Amino acid sequence: MKLGVRKAEELFFRVVMFLATTVILLALLMIIFTILHKGLAAVSWKMISQLPKGGFYFGKEGGILNAILGSIYLASGASILAILFGLPVALYINIHLHKNKRLVTAIRFMLDVMWGIPSIVYGAFGFTVMLFFGMRSSLLAGMLTVTLFIIPIMIRSIDEVMKTVPKGLLESTLSLGSTKSETAYRVYFKQCISGVTTALLLSFGRAIGDAASVLFTTGYTDNLPTSLSEPTATLPLAIFFQLSSPIAEVKERAYASAVILTVIILIISLVSRVSARKYLKHKIK
Amino acid sequence: MSGQFGMYPFIISSLWVTVIALLLAGPVCLLSAIHLTQYARPIVLRIMHPVIDILAGIPSVIFGVWGVLAIVPFVGDHIGPLFGKSITGYSILSGGLVLAVMIIPFILNILIEVFRTIPEELTEVTLSLGATHWMVIKHVLLRKAFPGIISAFSLGLSRAFGETIAVLMVVGNVTRIPTGALQPGYPLPALIANNYGEMLSIPRYDSALMLAALVLLVIVILFNIISRWLIFRVERNT
Repeated sequence: MKLGVRKAEELFFRVVMFLATTVILLALLMIIFTILHKGLAAVSWKMISQLPKGGFYFGKEGGILNAILGSIYLASGASILAILFGLPVALYINIHLHKNKRLVTAIRFMLDVMWGIPSIVYGAFGFTVMLFFGMRSSLLAGMLTVTLFIIPIMIRSIDEVMKTVPKGLLESTLSLGSTKSETAYRVYFKQCISGVTTALLLSFGRAIGDAASVLFTTGYTDNLPTSLSEPTATLPLAIFFQLSSPIAEVKERAYASAVILTVIILIISLVSRVSARKYLKHKIK
Repeated sequence: MSGQFGMYPFIISSLWVTVIALLLAGPVCLLSAIHLTQYARPIVLRIMHPVIDILAGIPSVIFGVWGVLAIVPFVGDHIGPLFGKSITGYSILSGGLVLAVMIIPFILNILIEVFRTIPEELTEVTLSLGATHWMVIKHVLLRKAFPGIISAFSLGLSRAFGETIAVLMVVGNVTRIPTGALQPGYPLPALIANNYGEMLSIPRYDSALMLAALVLLVIVILFNIISRWLIFRVERNT
């Protein structure tokens, strides 16, 4: 091949590759723009601060406070449960099992596979277990299902950060006479606190945005939940149900709800970026 | 009600949507991953990292709303007439387009990792032999990264296969065996999501739906195990 042809080929692919990257950037901008453009007009304080009133689903007064609060309850509960299980597991994998490479690899492999299971399968599983125990759809059932669904995300994200901690840190703390658990919670946890925060926020984002797993298990209601055994409205389902309505006002509200959810997700992403930077200062290099 | 159920149309719909999504997202991700790891200046990576993260974090229902607002009218008004058909836009193609955008961050993230694990000496050696940068990519990097690329694609495939709400909102949900991308379809996850309400009122319907969930689970786990294993081998060898 002549040099000119080679150069031309390279130039061609460089342009195509640049275009591919631009397409990805544009896709994100387009999504955010479309949602904001359609939804911002319908967002109002009433929308955020009120419960649905009579005739809400025919375009009358009311807001989606039930769904916003419901989603926050659900996602917070699930994230707390998931970190209660996830943090010890991640620490255990990295500190107690670190000599047993095969077992650790197997555990990571299983968690990765669990991460890939679609949320609708978790939803169907949760629903079947609920039926088995004779439970109705409720906040608790939804929380447990979402917890199952985010635990692999939580463990693997914390684990990825803990992998980067230098092994010398483990050895030196052990040589100073601390137990493995002390090393885990006093040293590793502090060292990885920014990673843990990011993992927590990532899981929270997943939990608040997922519709398929709560569709079966959490139900939907116009009231605020007062106990764990009551059904609860969630934001993704609020968007989904309102969008399938033929009435224009209700559809408008679906767009507005989509804006609210998008803004929540963007805030979470921003906070996790900022917190990752902030805690980096305390890290032992 | 004879208590018999068939899943053929749903499985075919799922395959259509998934394959279209991968055909659209795969090349874009591959090209972009090469660009970001080989050519782009650090500033571009600093911009694209948050973009990928945010794209991955957007809930599927938001993708669904975007699909209904942007993709469905686009397919209905522009793509349909292009082939001389008048359609509503709620079609397999719309589902595939929305899915493609949804799986881009997953595939891209893995691909960037894959290209990063390839040792730089390989590039340097080939460059010193007089090859252009693109020739290095074509003859060395792509060959070396091949298992990683396959596994990234199959992870994206399994992610697309299980996606529910976004696809459900744009794909039309008509129980018929689709024969073209412009027809409506009814993928497996949508079937489960739409019918769980009636699950207990029709005899043995719950078992049929759970079988659908099982099919989904088995396919996704299979794809995951194969691709994770491939990635594991790539990482071990480098």
